[in-house]
Amino acid sequence: MHNSELSESFDEMTSGHSTGDYVKINIGPSHPAMHGTLRVVALTDGESIVSADPEIGYLHRGVEKLGENLNYTQFIPVTDRLNYCSAICNNVSYEMAVEKLMGIEVPEKAQLVRIIMMELARIADHEVLVGILGVDLGAFTPFFYLIIQREEIYEIFEWYNGARLTNTFGRIGGLVADLPSDFETRWQKLRDGIRNANDETDKLLTHNRIWTDRTIGVAAFSPKDALDWGFTGPCLRACGVKRDLRKDEPYSLYSRFDFDVPVGKHGDVFDRYMIRMEEMEESIKIIDQAFKMYKEMPADAPLIAKVPKTIKPPAGDVYHAIEAPNGELGFFIRSDGSDKPYRLKIRPPCYMVYQAFGEMVKGEMIADMIACLSSLNVIAGELDR
Amino acid sequence: MSQQTLVSACLGDMVVSISEFVGDLTVEVSKNKIIHALEKLKSDPSLQFDFLSDVVGIDNLGLHAKKAKAPKKDEPQQEAAPDAGATLPRFEVVYLLLSLSSNKRLRVRVAVPEDDCVVESVTGLWRAANWPEREIYDMFGIRFKGHPDLRRLLMWDEFKDHPLRKDYPLEGKNEERILNYLD
Repeated sequence: MHNSELSESFDEMTSGHSTGDYVKINIGPSHPAMHGTLRVVALTDGESIVSADPEIGYLHRGVEKLGENLNYTQFIPVTDRLNYCSAICNNVSYEMAVEKLMGIEVPEKAQLVRIIMMELARIADHEVLVGILGVDLGAFTPFFYLIIQREEIYEIFEWYNGARLTNTFGRIGGLVADLPSDFETRWQKLRDGIRNANDETDKLLTHNRIWTDRTIGVAAFSPKDALDWGFTGPCLRACGVKRDLRKDEPYSLYSRFDFDVPVGKHGDVFDRYMIRMEEMEESIKIIDQAFKMYKEMPADAPLIAKVPKTIKPPAGDVYHAIEAPNGELGFFIRSDGSDKPYRLKIRPPCYMVYQAFGEMVKGEMIADMIACLSSLNVIAGELDR
Repeated sequence: MSQQTLVSACLGDMVVSISEFVGDLTVEVSKNKIIHALEKLKSDPSLQFDFLSDVVGIDNLGLHAKKAKAPKKDEPQQEAAPDAGATLPRFEVVYLLLSLSSNKRLRVRVAVPEDDCVVESVTGLWRAANWPEREIYDMFGIRFKGHPDLRRLLMWDEFKDHPLRKDYPLEGKNEERILNYLD
């Protein structure tokens, strides 16, 4: 059946109208299992999905249009509202794109603090994902273990600049504030907490019969298809493709750290879950190394490069991408030499993953579709912009 | 051989212009050759741009006028401000390519004049182009020939305009209906 036939009027879909032997159902955009404001129109045969058509745009706020009308510094708080689970990665990604455009060299100390904060954000993001995936599959307990640790990470963010989720971290050219002095004691406590919570989660889920039955082999995707659809990040690595921008196109100081890139095999929900669990441990490793380097820096080392008061980059195009928790998060900026970007395009990682959703869940059960959706970590904020 | 010479050698006379700016390589090809050019870049053994990162639409309305009013000092690294002096095309579509084997990136640019807003769809080469092309149709009104399902993506179906065009106001258009309803 063609997609356009699927998106007929809402009335027809809700009046129990059936197409041959199939029943068309509408899930979302306001449904407890559809995270954020996602909507899927699915054609079902009993409980199996014959075809599914994701509908997006319910959280579209015109972020790119806003970007064209705000100056370069004013846009940083707007990037918080993309992937709100890891706002710091969005901030830094945008700042790095503008820095690349202007040719600004960020001081090393600021880069280390950025890396520490970005990896903390990555852990927080993955913790939310694993917790919510559990909740969606009926495993409620791990959610509490993980969300407590996420709150601890947010405590650090709050203590750094007063905001939990919308951090507005850093400035173009570096940072305003250094890490607070007792970061070390806080981090040591937090690291143990995260490891304990992950251990508990691992014990509760990984070898649990119900969990494995619900996740192994569900919504599997082949590496060839994944690359064709433009997958990046954990969803691509779960398919068995070893690709991580921190290793492949090392930006900032990532080439100095020793860490592994976990890779899955089957590209199913279970592999996506395992990748996230392993990545949290790798992030802990990176933070430890970065903090060690940070401690060796002199206390009065600069935190921000020399940046002109009004940011007016030279005319030209630039694209810069970083490895956000969901994958490649890139900013394309066309500058016309004024203090506002002429065109600003965001490349959200989950956008590319979610467009293959219909193909991914074809033939699966409705309940497995929910599991698949949770495992992709589709965040409506960055999907719709 | 530098990446720039490799790309020019691969595309031959399809290249309209090629330039490098802050380390990013951009090549412009003519609109009717886009599929052929991308196919070549994808399959060329020395380049292998086999991954489509994103497709970007750009509206150049007013960009040229601004340039003419205040000509910039000729900074050496300036990207010849998409050929200065000449009239810019109203729209542009930019393909962000990536080579997974060499980790190199390339941008392929296509000029789209206002009176001929149709580009060949590249969904046949990469299915990843599906939503980005729908979004460009939605936001700029550029149509993609051969796209399997060219509908609006972010705006609703009844929406008339293309909001990322530069002549669409930031506060929106024809919103009186909503304002009257609130009263």
